[in-house]
Amino acid sequence: MQGNQLHRQLAHMRQSLFDQGFLDEQFVQLEELQDDANPNFVEEVVTLFYKDSTRLLHNIELSLEKNTLDFTKLDGYMHQFKGSSSSIGAKKVIYECKQFRECCRAGNGEGCKRTFQQLKKEYATLKKKLETYFQFARQAGPTETACPPK
Amino acid sequence: MARNGVFSRRKWLEKSEGFDLSLSDSHEAHVLAVDDSLVDRKVIERLLKISSCKVTAVDSGRRALQFLGLDEEKSSVTFDGLKVDLIITDYCMPGMTGYELLKKIKESSTFREIPVVIMSSENILARIHRCLEEGAEDFIVKPVKLSDVKRLKDCMLGQDRMESEDRGINKRKSCETSDILSSSPSTSPPSSR
Repeated sequence: MQGNQLHRQLAHMRQSLFDQGFLDEQFVQLEELQDDANPNFVEEVVTLFYKDSTRLLHNIELSLEKNTLDFTKLDGYMHQFKGSSSSIGAKKVIYECKQFRECCRAGNGEGCKRTFQQLKKEYATLKKKLETYFQFARQAGPTETACPPK
Repeated sequence: MARNGVFSRRKWLEKSEGFDLSLSDSHEAHVLAVDDSLVDRKVIERLLKISSCKVTAVDSGRRALQFLGLDEEKSSVTFDGLKVDLIITDYCMPGMTGYELLKKIKESSTFREIPVVIMSSENILARIHRCLEEGAEDFIVKPVKLSDVKRLKDCMLGQDRMESEDRGINKRKSCETSDILSSSPSTSPPSSR
């Protein structure tokens, strides 16, 4: 049946995101908060994350362009950003956040710039993947199990 | 640290019941959630609502105090309909930290009995110790999970039951707290308080 096939594909898509390390357990936690009354909770949180973090990332970008880097400030921004990333289970993004903070602590300006580029890549990649996933989920329609097996 | 770095003085009360946090037939628990992160506020709000709580979410310690009527500029106001049963706050916030908020609440004769739970993305023992010392009921390492919120049930349900025994719990300093901290979570705590 068309429906079942779509759901199978959706489940496969979802599993890949975990297998390839894009998402961690926290994403599953968010899925558990979804129900019939709040069927799009995860998508809402992810959308909010991307909207809310734009400004923060822009501030980091600007701070990295200065002649003298303020590592404390940069670390502070990244601490905030890492927090939100953790809340949605953005595994690869979190990893880059940690790398960035290491560079801040080491006073490694070039390292900060390098890891920030990497972070932006992961951030953008995840965004695309999740957008595709949510779009597909909407097409596939509601499933019986709100929370697929872990 | 065991598990998640979660540390609770009331761990021995933990039962594996459902996570319905409503206190009794008459009263659905009202939780005041404090977090400067928009994403985290959305998540904690949902976690609490799914656990049958009414939630008021604010973005700063200052707003939390204003809500409680503890803001210096305003005199204490009572909102009977908005009685707060639990305060859950982030530790790292600009302006007033969760720790500072905790202190202000514990210094208030009106609100010191409200259990305060601290959330932090950093699992730092000294920080946890400091918060518990100051009277925090529990310390949750972020990101917050449903199982963390389930445990909070005891903070609120336990409050009335334990109140007579635990009169001094929030004023208690060093000794007992260090004993609890140095023993493993599964060890049963002193039975008399």
